[in-house]
Amino acid sequence: MLWFAVRRITSAILVMFSISVLVFLIFFATPGVDPAARIAGRSATPAIIAQVRHAFGLDRPLPIRWALMMDHLFIKQDLSSYVNIGSRVVPQITQAAPVTLSLVIGAAVIWMILGVAGGVIAAANRGRFIDPIIMFVGIAAVSVPAYWLGEVVNLITQGGLHHSIFSWVPPSGFVPLTQSPGEWALHLIMPWLTLAALYAGIYARVLRAELVNALNEDYVRTARAKGLSERRILLRHALRCSLIPIVSLFGLDFGALVGGAALLTEVVFGLPGVGLLTYTSLQNLDLPVIMGCVMYGAFFVVLANAVVDIAYAFLDPRVRVV
Amino acid sequence: MSFATRAGVIRAVDGLSMSVERGETVGIVGESGSGKSVSMYSILGLLRDANVTIEGSVLFEGREILGRPDSELRAIRGKDIAMIFQDPMTALTPVYTVGWQIAEQIRQHTGASKKQARKRAIELLAEVAIPDPARRVDQYPHEFSGGMRQRAMIAMALSCEPSLIIADEPTTALDVTTQAQILELLGQLQQKRGSSIVMITHDMGVISEVAHRVVVMYAGRPAEIGTRTQLVREPRHPYTWGLLGAVPRLDSKRTRLITIPGTPASPLDVPEGCAFAPRCAYRFDRCEERPALHGDDHLDACWLEEPDKVRLRRAIEEAS
Amino acid sequence: MIALAVLTLVILSALLAPFYAHDIAHTNPFTSNLNGTTLVGGHQVPILQPNTQGLGLGVTPIGPTWDLHHYFLGADNQGRDVFARLLYGGRNSLFIGSTSALLCCAVAAVLGMLAGYFGGVIDWVLSRIFDIVWAFPVYLLAISLSVVLLTSGLNLGPLHIGPGSLWLPIFIIAAVYVPYVARPIRGLTMSLREREFIQAAISSGASDWRILTREVLPNTMPSVIVFFPLMVAFNMLTESALSFLSIGVQPPAASWGTIINDGLGLLYTRPWVALAPGVMIVITAVSLNILGDGARDAFDPKAKLRGSV
Repeated sequence: MLWFAVRRITSAILVMFSISVLVFLIFFATPGVDPAARIAGRSATPAIIAQVRHAFGLDRPLPIRWALMMDHLFIKQDLSSYVNIGSRVVPQITQAAPVTLSLVIGAAVIWMILGVAGGVIAAANRGRFIDPIIMFVGIAAVSVPAYWLGEVVNLITQGGLHHSIFSWVPPSGFVPLTQSPGEWALHLIMPWLTLAALYAGIYARVLRAELVNALNEDYVRTARAKGLSERRILLRHALRCSLIPIVSLFGLDFGALVGGAALLTEVVFGLPGVGLLTYTSLQNLDLPVIMGCVMYGAFFVVLANAVVDIAYAFLDPRVRVV
Repeated sequence: MSFATRAGVIRAVDGLSMSVERGETVGIVGESGSGKSVSMYSILGLLRDANVTIEGSVLFEGREILGRPDSELRAIRGKDIAMIFQDPMTALTPVYTVGWQIAEQIRQHTGASKKQARKRAIELLAEVAIPDPARRVDQYPHEFSGGMRQRAMIAMALSCEPSLIIADEPTTALDVTTQAQILELLGQLQQKRGSSIVMITHDMGVISEVAHRVVVMYAGRPAEIGTRTQLVREPRHPYTWGLLGAVPRLDSKRTRLITIPGTPASPLDVPEGCAFAPRCAYRFDRCEERPALHGDDHLDACWLEEPDKVRLRRAIEEAS
Repeated sequence: MIALAVLTLVILSALLAPFYAHDIAHTNPFTSNLNGTTLVGGHQVPILQPNTQGLGLGVTPIGPTWDLHHYFLGADNQGRDVFARLLYGGRNSLFIGSTSALLCCAVAAVLGMLAGYFGGVIDWVLSRIFDIVWAFPVYLLAISLSVVLLTSGLNLGPLHIGPGSLWLPIFIIAAVYVPYVARPIRGLTMSLREREFIQAAISSGASDWRILTREVLPNTMPSVIVFFPLMVAFNMLTESALSFLSIGVQPPAASWGTIINDGLGLLYTRPWVALAPGVMIVITAVSLNILGDGARDAFDPKAKLRGSV
């Protein structure tokens, strides 16, 4: 078990290294234009460009340039924006991270509950009318752009109905948990539901497929021969085995959301998380900020995946011996 | 008993009538697709599909259990009638320990506490000769070898002292040595507890070792029913001759196995008359008509006259 | 079946965009029309009306007239006909979605087959590349590529793609999804390689090229066909997200994503600007996903493809 964890972490570090090289190549070695001019932003003076060139060692060999980039990002943490001169990138990211985590964790709790419930209900009622409904919701969920759904939710809760049934929905924005837990939840409830709606549909669909497969397994026949109730067979035997792929899916999605996929939801609901930070810097083409967000996001995803894989080994006894 | 499928209604089992006495082992033998497993699954209500219809009667300890609601069958399954399945690799839920799964069944049918059930599980594992049962009880199925898993399955089947055990090809997935050990174990446990066993197999060798009585099935119909001695010494149905020829015999001078020509009848397309006729070397005009099972304690469904059967059998034995 | 009909309708409407713009609505949806007027109920009405509420700053574009000849869905805040833009946007969204899916599936099939068939070093290198791209969050990778290429375009040897070209998002989206298709294809090829008919072809001395094209390709095609509609839906959604973030299709060209972005500021006054393209995206993606499911059932029931929203 320990050996497995060590191996998994090592491979995660290798992947992080590769991703850092990839990011480096994208930002500094794409053919076409001077990377210094690109990083310095649209309205950069020659002096700033020269400054960038020096800071990132753009006249030195590639490996040194990579090392300098990593140094600015992770060790000195002094990477600064050249659009809003003087603002440091790393503190901005650490400030925004709790917002993103609030959004994603809350949504994840909701979607896991709804998704598992939906999948179990659909599998238990195979062939009855509720099954295709849940399945269609699952298809719709992969077909709706998250940001657009967010806008529709905004339109409903902040538009015409805001003065009647949705008067309790606060205007978009964020209140830190430490300041007021009630306000925190109230401000996040619509973003949570929006994000969770999509993932719950996908999870219900995936879980249903897994459950239907599991119900055809030999061990379910054994469980029936043991005289267990259908309910117990579904929940204790089939669901327990089907949750394993769901957990690995959850790890990927959770990591991806924290790492940047929640960005669209943040933009629509005006939540000042890492996503919104990325979005505003995209509008200004503020490359240092984008680079920072991408790198931190990608690292978080890789780390989350490693953690999930280790958790997976706890859930599935078969993995541990491998 | 029939299945409704896209290709039409299949009569998977047709005209099977058999009984099992207390303490007796009945073997059901036949090639794959001959309906041996489905007939036993249907007894227990394990075939849960709207497309399956079962007609007839199943009496268990004098009570009709066919058509009973699932809640009643559930109280019988695992408690009075237990099952052992063919593939021990997949028959146990992979994410629970072996002990947990045995205890689950005990707790389902008795009011045992978790502790009691676990203690009982260890005793059962010891009884099926699993070494170091106190440690093994907390292991997962994948940590058991194939033979050990089948032992664990047997322990599970025995956990509620069932009066009938249905073993569906319990040794097919195992290697020869393990096969013999498992069969021996089943025999010993039966002697000790006096439960009845229905042994489903395609292997005449297994049958001749453990069964008291044998039912030979072909294409969902019984071909021959009799005691083991009758079946092995004086088989009457040409299909049984073929099955016996497919058993390697140490005393045989010729090493080549006799095989039955052709492939088993498709259940979708069972011939009008004797189902075995198209593959039978001794068929004649009457085989166009479906033969009834006839005889007193040794029954068979073949149109050949009794003296002819004896003569042909002798000829086959001499040839081999 | 309904899905196919809906999809055909969507494609047809997108194809008819120029015809609609020139001959029915008589409008150019790519230039701003700040001082124009249009006919509503027999009266000439300005397309952009000064705001009367609040500080009275800015303008409010005309809302839906539900008249196909005059601003059916109203105007955006540059006075452009939203319905005509919607049709043109559909062209770009569908074009980018399908072209990048085609490119992605083709590249992925080739790489997956090469990795699975040859194994060894080729497989190791390709698999590691897939792993890295796979581990890289799709949106972050797409954002990085877009933001870098948008300023300068792509210059790779003889290949020049201008910063505003549609081919930029097409290449980027195709590239980021390659591992999603290539990995299953690689696995399939590896299992095919062990099968008798391939082994027979190898031992009879057929060339690798011949085996790959004659034996492996026909057997991996069904999986690729199954992936294709799902990838189109995926890619279209990704394109719309990138365009919404203003790093996809560049103005004045339109796609459904850019129109939703245009509509963001008009959400409470003229909700149709943002609603209509979203509805189009959902309808198209649902149809594609249903088609994909159907194709999977028909061709390759065991194929698996997963992705995030």
